[in-house]
Amino acid sequence: MLILTCPNCGIACDETELTPGGVAHLERSGPGASDAEFEDYLFMRSNPKGVHFERWRHSSGCGKWFHAARDTATMQVFATYSAQVTGPTAEVLTAIRAKYPDYTLPEGLKEARP
Amino acid sequence: MSQRLATGGRLIDRSQPRSFTFNGKTLQGYAGDTLASALLGADQMLVGRSFKYHRPRGVVASGAEEPNALMNMGEGELFEPNQRATTTELFEGLIARSQNHWPSLDYDIGALNQLAAPFFSAGFYYKTFIHPRAAWKHLFEPFIRKSAGLGQAPKGADGDIYEHYYAHVDVLVIGGGIAGLRAAHAAASAGARVLVIEQSATWGGRAPVDDDFASEINALVAELAAMDDVQMRLRLMGAGVYDHGFVTGYERLRDHAPKPGAPRHRLWKIRAQQVVSCTGAIERPLSFAGNDRPGVMLASAMRDYVVNHAVAPGQRTVLVTNNDDGYRTVLCLLDHGLEVPLVIDARRNPEGTLAAKARARGVTIRDGYAAAGVRGTKRVTGIEICPIEGSGGAVDTVECDAVAMSGGWSPVVHFYSHCGGKLLWDEAGAFFYPDAAKPPLNQSGAGFVRCGGAANGALQGAEAAQCGGQAGAEAARALGLTAPVPSGPAPEPQAEAPLMPVWVMPLNADYHRRSHTWLDFQNDVKLSDVQLAAREGYESVEHTKRYTTLGMATDQGKLSNINGLAVLSDALDASIPQVGTTTFRPPYTPISLGSIAGEARGDTFQPLRRTPMHDWHEANGVHWEPVGHWRRPYAYPRSGETVEQAVHREVKNTREALGLLDASTLGKILVTGPDAGKFLDMLYTNMMSSLKPGRCRYGLMCNENGFLMDDGVVARLDENSFLVHTTSGGAEHIHAHMEDWLQCEWWDWQVHTVNLTEEYAQIAVVGPHARKLLEKLGGMDFSAENLPFMGWAEGQIGGFDTRVFRISFSGELSFEVAVPAAQGAAFWDRLVKEGADLGLMPYGTEALHILRAEKGFIMIGDETDGTVIPQDLGLHWAISKKKTDYLGKRAQERPHMTDPARWKLVGLETISGAVLPDGAYATAPGYNANDQRNTQGRVTSTYYSPTLERGIAMGLVLNGPDRMGEVLNFPGTNGQIYRARIVDPVFYDKEGAKQNV
Ligand SMILES: [Zn+2]
Repeated sequence: MLILTCPNCGIACDETELTPGGVAHLERSGPGASDAEFEDYLFMRSNPKGVHFERWRHSSGCGKWFHAARDTATMQVFATYSAQVTGPTAEVLTAIRAKYPDYTLPEGLKEARP
Repeated sequence: MSQRLATGGRLIDRSQPRSFTFNGKTLQGYAGDTLASALLGADQMLVGRSFKYHRPRGVVASGAEEPNALMNMGEGELFEPNQRATTTELFEGLIARSQNHWPSLDYDIGALNQLAAPFFSAGFYYKTFIHPRAAWKHLFEPFIRKSAGLGQAPKGADGDIYEHYYAHVDVLVIGGGIAGLRAAHAAASAGARVLVIEQSATWGGRAPVDDDFASEINALVAELAAMDDVQMRLRLMGAGVYDHGFVTGYERLRDHAPKPGAPRHRLWKIRAQQVVSCTGAIERPLSFAGNDRPGVMLASAMRDYVVNHAVAPGQRTVLVTNNDDGYRTVLCLLDHGLEVPLVIDARRNPEGTLAAKARARGVTIRDGYAAAGVRGTKRVTGIEICPIEGSGGAVDTVECDAVAMSGGWSPVVHFYSHCGGKLLWDEAGAFFYPDAAKPPLNQSGAGFVRCGGAANGALQGAEAAQCGGQAGAEAARALGLTAPVPSGPAPEPQAEAPLMPVWVMPLNADYHRRSHTWLDFQNDVKLSDVQLAAREGYESVEHTKRYTTLGMATDQGKLSNINGLAVLSDALDASIPQVGTTTFRPPYTPISLGSIAGEARGDTFQPLRRTPMHDWHEANGVHWEPVGHWRRPYAYPRSGETVEQAVHREVKNTREALGLLDASTLGKILVTGPDAGKFLDMLYTNMMSSLKPGRCRYGLMCNENGFLMDDGVVARLDENSFLVHTTSGGAEHIHAHMEDWLQCEWWDWQVHTVNLTEEYAQIAVVGPHARKLLEKLGGMDFSAENLPFMGWAEGQIGGFDTRVFRISFSGELSFEVAVPAAQGAAFWDRLVKEGADLGLMPYGTEALHILRAEKGFIMIGDETDGTVIPQDLGLHWAISKKKTDYLGKRAQERPHMTDPARWKLVGLETISGAVLPDGAYATAPGYNANDQRNTQGRVTSTYYSPTLERGIAMGLVLNGPDRMGEVLNFPGTNGQIYRARIVDPVFYDKEGAKQNV
């Protein structure tokens, strides 16, 4: 059972306090998008073994959403960070590269604008 | 025979006899006995029958690994099957029955299964039951139903109570043997908060039996008990290790001393920074023909019974071994005045100290020999021997009444493996042990489990103790504490000769012997079964496990896994580490379902949500309906009335006079802020930002997939604020849905949401006399001019603070009145009192459903099921064509969603007037690829309408709206075919005249 620290209230939460929200940093695609683009947005997920950016809500706590960067194979949590960013921040990438020095973001994902 | 020795018994108290019954026979043991030791002490060697072949079985082990001695325990509501006699502490009045036999343990018909043994070979489920098809029904199934399953299922509800407990510690030590105590001491001395748990009733593990640690154990226990930051619990088993240091523990509080009203088991949910597993090792059986006969026992278990309980499993015991440790049993038996006529050692010239000691005491050792077979059926009468390289032709037979077998030890690595720790293979000892370089990782990416003592492969007593202390110190250091290298006696030099791995005994055993050699006692898997699986192409250990059922019984292969694995790798001509182990999964041993449920049963199963009027409903004959965590009135039957009659009366009364509905469970979410209108425009399919303050609008909410997820009425409170009504079931998840979009997508929009559902009681005043009732209470102008349909107003009614919404879910003149929750009950009482002479009757959810269905209003969850879009339901009028975007808009443009062949909402009227079965499908000509009837529609809501005095229904039908008047066939599950005509879904007051007065 995971422990993730909610960056909004600072509590190290048991997984039972949290609700998972799937992959993070999806770019919404709406009217005007092609069928293929929209299908990508709705359904296509990469499910990586290793570094994964995901959304969690502190649902039985402060109620706020946040992001987590987690290793799906080892369960290591590199960082939890604000939900209000469009990509992992520089600090998050630094934490990941402390473990995987050659880590680069997957295609389609950009570092958060500072 | 097995019997109680005249003196001794480390754990028993002879001044406290305990009587118990086994299969109805009264027997006696002592306080400190296990059920197994008491049975053996009473010469009850035969304790059960095996699962498949119903072979007679005796106690084989002395702990959690016991595969045979499983009992039906207790009676009535305290009955429980499959309890291990070896871990059941004896108490006065204990009732035990053996399992898997008919008509009795001694005379069992099912034992004939043995004659049909080839029929049950590996994979028999998969092979045998395929052909002929008819045999399944008449032959195989009845047979399997009669014989399958271990023990009996309890009949009634469990009469015991259970609880959960939470603990947060720095270091959790699993196992209270010498290694675990040393580990706890080392960690606690360094300043860590420590919890040390031990599954049995005593501290020390097997050290007091095998080594002389008694005084150190007593001193350590006393010292630990005196430390403030140390918690010590006996009878608390580690059950499972999970991510990030979460560990479950299973505490048996009352199994040894039943007491009504006190919790029986406690499930611990422990969060530990570091886990030290000092869980010891388990001795392996040897694989020779007849190794399952009662009286054949693990060598270590035999000395446990002698030393701990003064019980001798036999008078004349032969040891079969491939290692030195088995000789400890020989010496122990001799020390207690018992005979050891022979040792059969697979090795040539065993030269270890222990063997030498045995030889010096006159014990005959046949080295380079094997057990070729066991004489006796319900108990051992002798053992046959042959050279180790032989095929089994016996060269000699020795009379004996017990056989001790010692096949080497396997560290209990379960807690290292549960959460992903890797293992290494020790060639010399033939066992898996933890790979310290690959532990399970915590959230920081650091290891959080380490093993100490025998669990780490340090099998010798002194070495194990030292290893435990080191593990405790390392755990403390991992927490950043300073821990010196623990003191304590240095290990003695190794004095044991190497083990000889023997996986088949004799090495070239013939087929007959291999098919009478048991690997898994509990699941009746034989050596020949695993070899057959390998011949049939099973190469993966996980597949072989499932094909043969090796290790799949309640003991999870604690005795059988390594032996089975070795046989498999031999048959595949691969090395053991190459083949690998099966996955160790929690729990370590079975834990009670009651402990998992804990307190969550009966009234405390889940929280109950009550509306402010709950007590009134209860006092007025309500028939409840559970709606999520809420209880809602389904109807209010009067005396002499059925629930159905009550529903019909409530519908008619609401149409003709005045009804009152408790609508408090409706979700009420305040959405406020400068961007609230813009936000609701994205959330709803229609335009909400254009709504004027003082007005209400019905809206539909879809998810990004385009599917309808909720509906309800939005009231604009002022320029910046809206009150969103959701369905009763939708309040929480719609609020969460709003927050998701606000926090994660449109975080720069200025919108604030608050779920006010429980802040207000909401009461629907419905029917032709609704206005009259409110006017009677007075305080506001309820005229159509001042408060028109779809308007709302705030003010006092009869002295209550209210917000009144003129909305209708019934088609009648209707006012939904919200009052602060605290005033709800009083306001309801007042309405009931003042409405009496207007013919007021409360109505429940079923009348509400019928009223809305008569009007053709959809219900989320009936007309929608997560695959339905608003366009399917003819709700185009509620979908904005002007808006460039809303959640679900793009999805609703996908080709599948715009397909004209999607089923659409229509009304359905049976020709006969009968009520259509809910969920029934309309058949279409022909059959599909699965040979099922083609379908062209289905019923989504169906009721008897008291207003129209006939069945009415709604359904989704292929091209439905274009097929008005057509008749469809709906086969029911009762064999009857219902014929129904496609009609308009609005059955009553199509013009809406009644609600708009
Ligand atoms: Zn939080």
